[in-house]
Amino acid sequence: MSRVSWPLRAVTALVAVWLVVPTLIVIPLSFTDRASFAFPPKGWSLRYYERFFTDSGWLIALFNSAQLALIVTVVATALGSAASFALVRSRFRGAGALNGLLMAPIVVPTIIVAIAVYATFLRWGLVGTAAGFVLAHTVLATPYVIVTVTSALRTFDRRLERAAASLGATPWATLRHVTLPLILPGVASGAVFAFVTSFDEVVVSLFIQSPELQTLPVRMFSGVTNEVDPTIAAASTVVVAITTALILLPQLLRRNTDHA
Amino acid sequence: MPDHSPGAGVRVRDLTKRFGSAARPAVDAVSLDVRPGEFMTFLGPSGSGKTTTLNMIAGLEGVTGGEIRIGDRDVAALPAHRRDLGVVFQQYALFPHMTAAQNVAFPLRRRKLPKAEIAERVARTLDLVRLGDHADRLPRKLSGGQQQRVALARAIVFDPRVLLMDEPLGALDKKLREQLQIEIARLHRELGVTVIFVTHDQEEALALSDRIAVFNEGRIEQVGTASDLYERPATRFVAAFLGDSNAFEGTLSGGRLAGDGLDLRAPATDLPDGSRAALIVRPERLRLSGAPGSGDNAVSADVTDIVYQGAFRKVLIRFGNGGAGCVREAIGALSDIAPGDRVTVHWSPDHAVLVPA
Ligand SMILES: Nc1ncnc2c1ncn2[C@@H]1O[C@H](COP(=O)(O)OP(=O)(O)OP(=O)(O)O)[C@@H](O)[C@H]1O
Ligand SMILES: [Mg+2]
Repeated sequence: MSRVSWPLRAVTALVAVWLVVPTLIVIPLSFTDRASFAFPPKGWSLRYYERFFTDSGWLIALFNSAQLALIVTVVATALGSAASFALVRSRFRGAGALNGLLMAPIVVPTIIVAIAVYATFLRWGLVGTAAGFVLAHTVLATPYVIVTVTSALRTFDRRLERAAASLGATPWATLRHVTLPLILPGVASGAVFAFVTSFDEVVVSLFIQSPELQTLPVRMFSGVTNEVDPTIAAASTVVVAITTALILLPQLLRRNTDHA
Repeated sequence: MPDHSPGAGVRVRDLTKRFGSAARPAVDAVSLDVRPGEFMTFLGPSGSGKTTTLNMIAGLEGVTGGEIRIGDRDVAALPAHRRDLGVVFQQYALFPHMTAAQNVAFPLRRRKLPKAEIAERVARTLDLVRLGDHADRLPRKLSGGQQQRVALARAIVFDPRVLLMDEPLGALDKKLREQLQIEIARLHRELGVTVIFVTHDQEEALALSDRIAVFNEGRIEQVGTASDLYERPATRFVAAFLGDSNAFEGTLSGGRLAGDGLDLRAPATDLPDGSRAALIVRPERLRLSGAPGSGDNAVSADVTDIVYQGAFRKVLIRFGNGGAGCVREAIGALSDIAPGDRVTVHWSPDHAVLVPA
């Protein structure tokens, strides 16, 4: 690592703590043995994890969220990667405007997206449907894929594609054997972002949920507003664990190949 | 060159490339015949269209106009991946996620050869470029010279009939360049492949080539052997680009070239009377004598400086009309002169060449 002065390091550490501590507080809360959110907990137990993993309502919500997030990951990664190729590789009028449009779901306040989605889905009969959730979450997740894949494509050395062509590779073989393997880290982190975006999306989901189709964050949100139930802390800890593992995964993989 | 050479001839006619709305074409009606098995070098200053011409032959750049034939085939309609040419790029362009062996296997895999044959050819070709024991290294763990050898192996492993190289040694230091020049010459000899080689290094061009095409501003000024270009330059550009030269400008009339206070005998030429022309004489073809004077094949000059260069010395002179020139004298045949002297330089009419001014 390059030399960084200690005041800068101190500030960085402080910001990191500031960002992470609220998330970490929920973890001890989830191990309490009382039926309250007292911090720090007086006694320890796993009873709320037991409840989370045995209550069919929580389990179905977890299963819904995971399944939904996986589908959204596949769809958003495919669409976002294709869009990135179009944005980076072709020079057409309005490419900048199109890029802005595709980024809009990140920039526009989510509540506005949620109201718009809700109004549209009411007309289309998509409220409370799995297809509706996939559609809405894909819109929110795709921009993250575009950001990561676009930046991978921008740094990709296109001379390699010319070399591949000169060696007899068809455009398809070049994509498969040269371009995709080399932009894979960008695609993978886009996919992780897409998964996490869908997995912990709550605002839009609250609008389009139905009693029959609830995601984990929606159920947690309803839980918090209705009662004081530390099971929510256990659910949060599960979400934190899954998302953290996913976000660290590409970095671990990269480290491994670097040292190979 | 043997007739049974496995290399293919390359025939280019009126090849033209215009980028976008550029005022001047990057390549302007270039015509050229490269013989089967020949080592042809494109030599010329930066921006003269060498790379663009090479890329059009390779199919990596679209063509604005003209014709390209490889062997007996018009390749206009063939995309790069179906032209079956080996290409070596200046920056290696190795696939960073593949080992040396996987890089070399790449063109064979695309041609769907059997696994055993691929392994055998990859091993043989890596041995040929003396990298047999680096087969399993990733490119970033190889030195620049080794990377370029892998690139070379990758470009020849599928037995292309033509090998195109765009400044393949440009990124290497001098010692490594010379070493790889020798290897490229050896590969050319052993494989019999036709080579088109781009460089802007004169020495490299002279060391490797059967013939050299001199590029300037998108056109080919002259194609010939190294000695053709040096002894019989066709244009002032060629004369100036390859080595030093002395030039006397004037107007042609009745077998004489007159102008600027000179009246010289003109060698036989196709140029019509009344046209402007320049008489070119190479520095080692000039003789010095002490007394001033001028004549049919002589002009007077002032010595401005004398520079020793090993077995030769270079006498820098200024002609009566203000033009600069130089004379190269072998040590052992030195004239007795010093800077400031007024001298006469003269030459044999056989050693003068007339080019359009
Ligand atoms: N993709 C391009 N778009 C626009 N102009 C280009 C492009 N490629 C090359 N040119 C122009 O075409 C001309 C010839 O370029 P080219 O690369 O063929 O020269 P070169 O002889 O290979 O030069 P060098 O020795 O510097 O490599 C130059 O004026 C260059 O600016
Ligand atoms: Mg070039």
